[in-house]
Amino acid sequence: MRQLLLNALLKGPATIPAPKVPADMLAQAASALAARARRKLGRSLAIREVDAGSCNGCELEIHAINNPVYDVERFGLTFVASPRHADVLLVTGPVTHNMREALQRTYAATPDPKWVVAVGDCAHDCGVFAGSYAVAGPVSSVIPVDVTVKGCPPPPLEILKGLLALVEATVAKAR
Amino acid sequence: MRTVAAKSLAEIIGRTRPAGDGFARKDVARPEWTALAVGCAESWHDLFALWFEGGRMRMALIDRGAGRRAIVSVTCVRGAYAAVGHYHAPAIRLERAMRDLYGVKPEGLPDARAWLDHGRWARRADGKKAKAPEAYAFLPAEGEGLHQIPVGPVHAGIIEPGHFRFTANGEAVVRLEERLGYVHKGIEALCAGLSPDKAARIVSRTSGDSTVAYGFAFARAVEAALGIEVPARAQVLRGIMAEIERFAHHLGDFGAICNDASAAAIHARCALWREKLLQAVAQAFGHRLMMDCIVPGGVAVDLAEEAGLSEALDAAEKRLGHVVRVYDGSPSILDRTVSTGIVSGELVHRFAAGGFVGRASGRDFDCRRDLPYPPYDAVDFKVVLRTAGDVNARAWVRIEEARESIAIIRKLLDRLPEGPLVADIPAGRAGEGAAVAEAFRGDVFVAVSIGKDGRIAHVHARDASWFQWPLLEAAIEGNIVADFPLCNKSFNCSYSGHDI
Repeated sequence: MRQLLLNALLKGPATIPAPKVPADMLAQAASALAARARRKLGRSLAIREVDAGSCNGCELEIHAINNPVYDVERFGLTFVASPRHADVLLVTGPVTHNMREALQRTYAATPDPKWVVAVGDCAHDCGVFAGSYAVAGPVSSVIPVDVTVKGCPPPPLEILKGLLALVEATVAKAR
Repeated sequence: MRTVAAKSLAEIIGRTRPAGDGFARKDVARPEWTALAVGCAESWHDLFALWFEGGRMRMALIDRGAGRRAIVSVTCVRGAYAAVGHYHAPAIRLERAMRDLYGVKPEGLPDARAWLDHGRWARRADGKKAKAPEAYAFLPAEGEGLHQIPVGPVHAGIIEPGHFRFTANGEAVVRLEERLGYVHKGIEALCAGLSPDKAARIVSRTSGDSTVAYGFAFARAVEAALGIEVPARAQVLRGIMAEIERFAHHLGDFGAICNDASAAAIHARCALWREKLLQAVAQAFGHRLMMDCIVPGGVAVDLAEEAGLSEALDAAEKRLGHVVRVYDGSPSILDRTVSTGIVSGELVHRFAAGGFVGRASGRDFDCRRDLPYPPYDAVDFKVVLRTAGDVNARAWVRIEEARESIAIIRKLLDRLPEGPLVADIPAGRAGEGAAVAEAFRGDVFVAVSIGKDGRIAHVHARDASWFQWPLLEAAIEGNIVADFPLCNKSFNCSYSGHDI
């Protein structure tokens, strides 16, 4: 216990300060919210992650935003177990034909207002899997996308920025 | 009763000499093919891979006792061949997959259902028209008071998609049946006709969590096919990357197992030190997961920053020691992991299950030692073994392997030679090559054929998960539904790697 207290005093928390959201991402998120925000959400957004065909690389980095360094919950962002509890769908992967209907049904099960963040190059434009007989297309070809986070996979900080863009736009809208 | 007598690899292969990649290659007729399939069932040799390529079914087999490995091929007659799965159950899903992708007919296969094809494709892998959708009939489980719990494909956590159909009696699981294939991306067809460099980017994303291992196995297969000598520095750097990948996953997944046993603090610790390590890796190799760092011919990046990497590894190793002591001293965690999700030694041997799933149930196999490849052929390390086969045993194998990985990385860093990073890929040379790499979850096998034009004619990548997923169904039987996340996490099979 003494060691724990000493560590807490001397070393401080592992968590890094909040990253600055790039202007283009914020603008993208703001326009998405302006179009559909019907009530004040405050700073709280519930996220449902959907892997629609990813290689699992993006999932590793999405996991990472929950670790103590990025600690996504301090921004009011929580991952929830059901789309029925979610405000935001975080979707990865080129949408495979075999996942297309599951993604559509997950989107339909998410209550309005809702937003979709497409994470990773595959979600954006199918990445290296473009053109396959088994791939239906990018996420935006199946459900409407509000914010895109590129990268293969995008590092956690980039994913965090994409989500913060939504939060900040929400707060700005509510004022 | 079987009517076909088993034959050993030695009998069939005879004097056929192994190629540079260690695999002897032989075309066989139907009776010999069948005799080898029965040999798998009799545990004379291990079924390592089974795939369709250019009108032939091909089977990679390993006879560990005799130190032989071979790729045998049988020509399909009017698209048909004798199903290996008729004799040897571990082949069934592989054969269902090849039937879906290429329309090949495995005669006598006990399961007529599609596997990767969910009836949603317009075309299949060979470009022919895909079948019309049909309802998927799950295997029955009958009895008084049984109920079904369907889970997925979209799961509750941040996990890949797949469907689990539980039949339970109250809390006790009577049967679990998996249905996979949701993330099938058509990797084999995508790679056909590409240059090895371009195909490497796709194969490295077969399962993104094992991107180093896939890149490693694919590069070695191409190098074997084209007779490329890889520079010494690249060999050692590949080993360092592969061990970092192993260590990072073992550390993170150990935390995740503890999290499923309600020990969130251990999870947070492991996640923190995994993160610090990945940040150091990004400094050292330019990418947190080291994607595309291994390329055919060598490596694409040099080690930029060694001090930070060593420091992060030292720190992570120290912290691993702390959390393991907490784990071992916490009856509440051990109560969940000890004697949960047991897989028998008999099953892991029959399925030739690799990785910690096999080694936690007494199957003493690790590609790094048993099918040695650089740089492991020149490094001493221990292959960790347990026999209990429960969640606890799998967790311990991973802890001890993580420690071994650190030791290996230190040895490799000490002997990192100077020199070039990559060899040229020769033009106008055709060939075929096969290679393995030990990923964190087990052996990855890649077979590649390259045409005279230097383009990929065919590539097949087989994840360790193919032979582990079926054992998860066995592991959960008789356990309670609430222990499924724990069992599943202790296996951590790949969906994407399996769904290809």
